[in-house]
Amino acid sequence: MLGLSPFEQEALALSIQVASNAVLWSLPPGIAVAYILARLHFPGHAVLNAIVHLPLVLPPVVIGYLLLIGLGRNSPVGGFLEDTLGIRFAFTAAGATIACAVVAFPLLVRAVRLSIEAIDTRYEAAARTLGASDWRVFTSVTLPLMAPGILAGATLAFARAVSEFGATITFAANIPGQTQTLPLALYTTLQSPGGEAAAMRLCLLSVGIAVLSLGLSEWLARRMQVNGDALR
Amino acid sequence: MIEVDVRKRHGTFHLDLAFQTPVKGVLGLVGPSGAGKSTLFSLMSGISKPDDGRIAVGGLTLFDSERGIDIPSARRHIGIVFQDPLLFPHLSVKGNLLYASKGRETDDFEKTVQVAGLEQLLNRRPHKLSGGERQRVAIGRALLSKPKLMLLDEPLSALDQERKLEVLEHLIAVRALTKIPMIYISHASQEIRKIADRVLTIRDGRFVSLSDSPIGIHAEPTIPLDKNDGSYGV
Repeated sequence: MLGLSPFEQEALALSIQVASNAVLWSLPPGIAVAYILARLHFPGHAVLNAIVHLPLVLPPVVIGYLLLIGLGRNSPVGGFLEDTLGIRFAFTAAGATIACAVVAFPLLVRAVRLSIEAIDTRYEAAARTLGASDWRVFTSVTLPLMAPGILAGATLAFARAVSEFGATITFAANIPGQTQTLPLALYTTLQSPGGEAAAMRLCLLSVGIAVLSLGLSEWLARRMQVNGDALR
Repeated sequence: MIEVDVRKRHGTFHLDLAFQTPVKGVLGLVGPSGAGKSTLFSLMSGISKPDDGRIAVGGLTLFDSERGIDIPSARRHIGIVFQDPLLFPHLSVKGNLLYASKGRETDDFEKTVQVAGLEQLLNRRPHKLSGGERQRVAIGRALLSKPKLMLLDEPLSALDQERKLEVLEHLIAVRALTKIPMIYISHASQEIRKIADRVLTIRDGRFVSLSDSPIGIHAEPTIPLDKNDGSYGV
């Protein structure tokens, strides 16, 4: 496939799997947090906003280290999960997914929040006067109107998750076939003598995925703008 | 009866309005811009909440600050048509209509589609419709929610003269067929004379008059008229 070695194919497949899972698991809390930040005003709003955006400004290695402290085997939560439920995050593919999800979360929330803020709330008011409950208004009016923003945010978060390195290597390590995603595989080949050609292929793959994702995200954002204009 | 006795402060504007009128026919609601007409609709439909007071329609108390009653918008059975039709952009015309009838294509659905002249538009998206068509869909959608009272907030003001006549004819047909009581806001005295049988005048958030006929609205001394288009001056 694309002239890739089994080692490179494995890293690509794992990257896509980890990034997809990270985005899918982030979507429900991401939409909920974006909705809360966009629509509700409460004491602590600024604090929540800062916490959500923290991964954008923290070094990824710090995030990985914090995850290790919070969810590692020696932490109360990590120990409980492993002893009682047999769930282990540190140094596993699930851990890589969590690391990617945490790092990509703010990008998802920002895009979704912008789409919620762009919704004309009179549509929701109109739906209520037609007899719709709050839940029906959310699922049948608010959510569909947010859809382009959710897709754009998910695409952006996917691109960030695919490119994640620091948090993943710190929390999930660099285990081939388990946690060795594209950037980690690239790092490994760079450390190996004669690995330049493989490193270049992995580099081009990473750039290709990032460009595709950003292009898709931009296209969705423009589509959202066009749809918005058509309504006016 | 429609019983309203409410107060609402919004910035420097203060609505303090009380009136009673039977729930029947079409009540024209007139007054200069900023008189509080749209605010009154917003309070009656439950979109916003009065600071205090009471609103009842047909014996059902919708809001009563003293008794702690505030029926949600979804259960007030008050249909509202805004100046902007606010059709859901992600749904077709049929989807918008079915939204109000909870997804059921009943006899009422067929009848409403026919009365509002929407047969040819059902599969179209809102942004592909003309202003008049959108407003007809909005009226049809409000009707399908089976309202006990319809509030129409300047439904024709954004339309050109030809479309105004088209939608007004449909509204008059709807009024004759459904007998749903309506309150109709407009700045255009011709519209009020054509569709309303009583007129409530408010100004600066206060009651001015409630007349049994729209005929004399030109003579209303507190509301100056623009002689060119028969509109109430701003």
